[in-house]
Amino acid sequence: MVTALLFRDLKLSVRAGGGAMIGVLFFMTVVAVIPFGVGPDLNLLSRIGPAIVWIGALLSALLGLDRLFQTDREDGSLDLLLMQEHPLVLTVLIKCLAHWLGNGLPLVIASPLLGLFMNMNETAIGATMLTLLIGTPALTFIGAVGAAVAVALPRGGLLVSILVLPLAIPVLIFGVSASYAAVEDPAPFMPPFLILVAITMFFAVLGPLGAALALRNAND
Amino acid sequence: MTQSLAITKLSDLANPTRFLALAARVLPWMGTVTAVLFAIGLYLSFATEGDYQQGQTVRIMYVHVPAAWLSMMCYSVMALSAIGTLVWRHPLADVSHRAAAPLGAAFTLIALATGSLWGRPMWGTWWVWDARLTSVFVLFLMYLGLIALNRAMDDPSKAARVSAVLILVGFVNIPIIKFSVDWWNTLHQPASVIRLDGPTIDGEFLWPLLVMAIAFTLLFFTLHIAAMRNEIWRRRVAAQRRLAARAAGREA
Repeated sequence: MVTALLFRDLKLSVRAGGGAMIGVLFFMTVVAVIPFGVGPDLNLLSRIGPAIVWIGALLSALLGLDRLFQTDREDGSLDLLLMQEHPLVLTVLIKCLAHWLGNGLPLVIASPLLGLFMNMNETAIGATMLTLLIGTPALTFIGAVGAAVAVALPRGGLLVSILVLPLAIPVLIFGVSASYAAVEDPAPFMPPFLILVAITMFFAVLGPLGAALALRNAND
Repeated sequence: MTQSLAITKLSDLANPTRFLALAARVLPWMGTVTAVLFAIGLYLSFATEGDYQQGQTVRIMYVHVPAAWLSMMCYSVMALSAIGTLVWRHPLADVSHRAAAPLGAAFTLIALATGSLWGRPMWGTWWVWDARLTSVFVLFLMYLGLIALNRAMDDPSKAARVSAVLILVGFVNIPIIKFSVDWWNTLHQPASVIRLDGPTIDGEFLWPLLVMAIAFTLLFFTLHIAAMRNEIWRRRVAAQRRLAARAAGREA
């Protein structure tokens, strides 16, 4: 069941109309717009680079969230998922993982290219990629709660972002500070990085629990 | 036996009419006590001496600290109501956390605004992005998000259950706010009133602060009960309107 659901969601998100690639495109567009806003000063760009890449990733992770349960609700498969005997928490966790593989992982893979645009050095690019790899699952898990809460709303996309962003701030703080710690010498890399790992693991438990609870309550 | 009595009393309140009767009896008293306490508190706040370092600006504390304390207590009340909604399906709990959200947002805004006014002369800046200020700002955003979510749904009971989930998830922020001044080095000072080794704040400032804190807490409960009463009335009016519209449709 687990693998079947995983592959089904992955196929749906990658194939036409899935919108997985739109997230990456949005990510690149957001980051590409920044130099026009702050000016093409390469030193400045390399200094704010990790932060810009992280904010771009955060925004594009939010962009795809409303599709997490919305499409399933539209075609009725959400009701089937709710009715089956497997624990709903597990189902939500699998759906989150599939969503991350389809929407989050491409962001991580695209981030080195954007790092080059931002004139970041190799260490900064590597650190940003690593923190994104650890941090974006947390964004998906937090977002699952927001997506489940807003699933019954006709146009919930913007509301999901508003509800999820405040909770996602710690991820951003520690992700960015770990990326900076890798570049700037006196600051240690491990403490913020380990806190980021802890946040991801914490929300990997809380997110699916909350989302399952919200789905049960929103859908009757 | 006493516990079962408390439970019966609480489930009695599930009947909105009983709650309305109780609210009508309690509200005038609470309002009066709140007004008296505010009168005493405000008198004390202005009668006591200023701080030898901070001068007159220390009086901002008598509004700032109670408002900040209430911004967190309001969220805790909402979290308790959210548990009441999800676990016991208590109808009054739905109304309670819905009515508390705008109050919480207002108190948080007061805390942020007075803190900012206090920070300008003391720290030399309106705003710093330190842990305490940022986490309270996040709390403010969460209140606004909850209000937006409640307004976006037409079915009140579904809106209540769904926002209850979100309230409980957002509760992780409350310990972060409370301990942010201990966990990180911040510009904001650590707790000085409620401490294991007794308050470190001078008695001169402690008394007005305590009176104001009690006055603010009572103010919150008065407004909360009034807001719950209004919400129940609003739902009744909406139900009556729907009935009237249906009856009008039948006649035509």
